[in-house]
Amino acid sequence: MRSFGAIAAALLMAGIAGATEIPPGERRSGYSFMTSDTKAMQDEDTANPGMLWVLDGEALWKRKTGAAGKACADCHGDARASMKGVAARYPAFDKETGRPIDLEQRINSCRTSQQQASPLPFESRELLALTAFVARQSQGVPIETGADPQLAPFIAKGRELYLQRQGQLNLGCANCHDDNWDKRLAGSAITQGHPTGYPLYRLEWQSLGSLQRRLRACITGIRAQAYDYGAPELVELELYVMSRARGMPLEAPAVRP
Amino acid sequence: MASALINVPPKAKRGDIIEIKTLMSHIMETGYRHTAAGEVVPRDIITSFTCRFNGNEIFRADLFPAIAANPFITFFTTVTESGKFEFEWIGDSGFSETASASISVE
Repeated sequence: MRSFGAIAAALLMAGIAGATEIPPGERRSGYSFMTSDTKAMQDEDTANPGMLWVLDGEALWKRKTGAAGKACADCHGDARASMKGVAARYPAFDKETGRPIDLEQRINSCRTSQQQASPLPFESRELLALTAFVARQSQGVPIETGADPQLAPFIAKGRELYLQRQGQLNLGCANCHDDNWDKRLAGSAITQGHPTGYPLYRLEWQSLGSLQRRLRACITGIRAQAYDYGAPELVELELYVMSRARGMPLEAPAVRP
Repeated sequence: MASALINVPPKAKRGDIIEIKTLMSHIMETGYRHTAAGEVVPRDIITSFTCRFNGNEIFRADLFPAIAANPFITFFTTVTESGKFEFEWIGDSGFSETASASISVE
């Protein structure tokens, strides 16, 4: 009976973990799948369109706003020092809500509670610019997301969603990004799905975009109903995929095809 | 919040061929797209890019709807003296932006 239980447990574990989870040594950033032209675009600050948002973000960082009449810089000072490594820890646990929040939500929570300003809409130029400016300060810093033990249950939920088959195509994230990352889909590299460069400039979008936008696009691609921006499920999925990329250097603002 | 990113080497030797790289923030709306309600989204593109060196035009390009957002324009030139490059982008709906960069030639 005991051995039967052990076998059942082992089978269950294998079923959840999947036999093809990518070993840490074989992890590759989406950058390594790109052509030399697109790599060159990301590598040089004056060729990387993401830097246009970073410049805007730098201006917004210093601009006073809201009823409190405070700028980000009034509390946080020089972002080059105060924001270094911060983006590499997000999504992080938020004490007030008892849940993980991503960098965009953190900026908006600071806006409403500290600056007493209205929150910026998801994917608005201002929110992307501020996020890009903050994330840029962590360029090259290894991702640490998920180190906080309070995040463990949320990472587990995100992982469940990552493995869950859904939509008309009945696919989970893992079916492509763990099992078939060395193959191509309609001519494009599938990649391992490590979110090392967000917010990033996608040539297809002709714009900078967030990780939530990317996840929503992928969910729509498997013909499932995408979660709304800011939905807890989306943040948990962000949290899991970021923790899955732990140790890989942050590239924000990256360029992707 | 339009802004430009310019890459001009700060120094060069007389007669050197240098590469100039420019990136301008712009949506480059083609004028061929429609809204969900069926209305045409009006064209909004950059139509002209000009570079002058010490007041003389050295490079000009006309831009058209098939050009991607945030146009990245690079070109080569030979430098003969120290001076200032002035860049100008002109487009639809009165769009006009300028930037400049200096080079010292030894």
